[in-house]
Amino acid sequence: MMNFIIRRLLYAVPMLVLVSFLSFVIINLPPGDYLTTMRQQLQSQAGLTPEEAREITERMAARYGLDRPFMVQYWEWVKGIVTRGDFGYSFQHNRPVSEVIWQRLAWTLIIATTCHVISVGIGVVVGIFSATHKYSFLDNFFTVLAFLGVSVPNFFVALVIMYYLAFHVKTHVGGLFSPQYVLAPWSWAKFVDFLKHFWVPIFVVGLAGTAQNMRVMRGNLLDVLNSQYVETARAKGLPERTVIYKHAVRNAIQPIIMYMGMAMPFLIQGEVIASIVLNLPTIGPMFHHALINQDMYLAGSFLMMIAVVLILGNLLADILLAWMDPRVRYE
Amino acid sequence: MSRQELITDNQVASTVQKKTEEKLSVGKSYTQGQLIWRRFRRHRLGVFGGLVISVLAIISVFAPFFAPYDYANPEYRQAFMSPQKIHFVDTDGKFHWRPFVYGLTATVDELTWQRVYVENPEQIYPIRFFIRSWDYELFGLVRSNLHFVGVDYPGTLYLFGTDHLGRDLLSRIIYGGRVSIFIALVGAVISAVIGSFMGGISGYFSGKVDSIIQRLVELLQLFPQLPLMMALSAAIPSDWPPMGVFIGVVVVMTLVQWTYLAREVRGKVLSYRDADFVLAAKTAGAKDMYIIATHIIPNCLSHIIVVLTLTIPNLILAESSLSFLGLGIQPPMVSWGVLLRNASNLQTIGQYPWIMTPGVVILGTILALNFLGDGLRDAVDPYGN
Repeated sequence: MMNFIIRRLLYAVPMLVLVSFLSFVIINLPPGDYLTTMRQQLQSQAGLTPEEAREITERMAARYGLDRPFMVQYWEWVKGIVTRGDFGYSFQHNRPVSEVIWQRLAWTLIIATTCHVISVGIGVVVGIFSATHKYSFLDNFFTVLAFLGVSVPNFFVALVIMYYLAFHVKTHVGGLFSPQYVLAPWSWAKFVDFLKHFWVPIFVVGLAGTAQNMRVMRGNLLDVLNSQYVETARAKGLPERTVIYKHAVRNAIQPIIMYMGMAMPFLIQGEVIASIVLNLPTIGPMFHHALINQDMYLAGSFLMMIAVVLILGNLLADILLAWMDPRVRYE
Repeated sequence: MSRQELITDNQVASTVQKKTEEKLSVGKSYTQGQLIWRRFRRHRLGVFGGLVISVLAIISVFAPFFAPYDYANPEYRQAFMSPQKIHFVDTDGKFHWRPFVYGLTATVDELTWQRVYVENPEQIYPIRFFIRSWDYELFGLVRSNLHFVGVDYPGTLYLFGTDHLGRDLLSRIIYGGRVSIFIALVGAVISAVIGSFMGGISGYFSGKVDSIIQRLVELLQLFPQLPLMMALSAAIPSDWPPMGVFIGVVVVMTLVQWTYLAREVRGKVLSYRDADFVLAAKTAGAKDMYIIATHIIPNCLSHIIVVLTLTIPNLILAESSLSFLGLGIQPPMVSWGVLLRNASNLQTIGQYPWIMTPGVVILGTILALNFLGDGLRDAVDPYGN
């Protein structure tokens, strides 16, 4: 087991390097950079002459190393991250990226993880029910629901819920707190208010994930229920409950655990899109603004951090899988 | 990873087994295409999805004919007009065989001072089919002014209402569907071609080539799909013409999407690599690329088509999300995502909820495509009962 963990850890290192490189390529991809925008602003809004504006932006470029070759810039960037936790400079916020990024990333991960737990939980339970009650009314109902869940665009669900809450229930929507609680210290009333807001992103993001898990679990269990060892278990006279939960479910659930690491990008993606619409204090809206304003260090860093979190998540999922299934360890 | 291969291996083994069983039991021999068609027909939702998609495709191709109004033509006096209802019975209780709409008069709500449109029972405009109104050019070849449906001037037929510039929402949805569906189709086909090529090489040669391609795929899949597309399309210069942006979005979607198809194809190819017919071809002295192109890919083709069908809804979703967030298609070109951008303001949708209709259309289209894909998958792959 230890051997396996070390092997997996070593494997993650080149992945981290590649991810950081790709992120840096993305940072440098847009043809115009923030300095071009800034030069234009300096001319149009601050009323500087083109020469003055160019001089200022050139000084900025020199200060942040933007005039050096690509590979040197990349090296400096990575060095800054590893040694000082410095992700570069957000020109739009006029602050280092690391100052604006952490809290938002934490909220994103909280929402995505909550959705993950809920969608696996509900998905597995409903999947088992659907498979054991194949073609019953409820099974068909859940199947249609699952299809709807994977087909509806995230942002559209968020829009419709916002519309419904704002104009039919007439409550405060958007964000994670009502205005009067945003700056208040934690209290019971604030917590209740938080829950009233928190379920919306959970629902929006969790919908597709739950639907997906439901389908996968149902399909897998149906396949397993056709296999011979299930027949053997039944022939031995084991009670149906034992056959299903001890023999069939154990094998059918494995792909879900295996895909747990793969489901996370999907949920984070849902969170990013939903939070842009709902205006949550997560990375979504900030990522969106950064892209619109070509504040690429911020956007690229976000992207890289998500990927890094996912590498770690996959690592954990693999270790979990190896712990559950000895065959994996000796591949 | 290799467990996935195992699963597909088993799957293929049982596919082959079941296919032979089915052939034997029928007694008569059918081609594989016929077998698939027979099985597909039994999947009612799949057939339904296929029908819906065909209708949508026809409407999109002949968009100017089906659109009652010119999608780009503003009518400022009719801004934010609510959807008109189709009537069969007039206010006197008389039944009309030809459905009609009432003319709308703009009044002001005395409480909110908002402009509202009220039906005027005096003005009855029967709905006419194959009516002649505004001019258009179909594929740049045929000039015509024939339209599927409409009403006589000065009546209006805004079945889905109008937007903030008084443009007919139904016509805009029809034109937007053209872009949304086409972009997803092109993106999916290109992704499938690249994916089959990369997946084919990767699965067939294994070893070094395989591991390089697989690392590349893994790397790209580590990033969440949509945020990666968002970041890449932020690089499309904002001063490009609409067609350039369109191509840019296709490129961005393809760059990310091919990896998913490559994975699928690789799994399939891997299971055929050691098949007897491949060995036979090799013994006969066939070149590797020849074997991939003429022996392996055709065997995977049905599978590739299924994956392709399931990729299209994914790309429609991606395009609408990108355009909704202002990072995809840009006006004046319309797509469903662009249309929904008008609905991103809570105040607007509160007053004019019909602005959200494009979302319902997206949902319906994706649902139909998913049904179709599901039906095809069941038909091609009898493993899933």
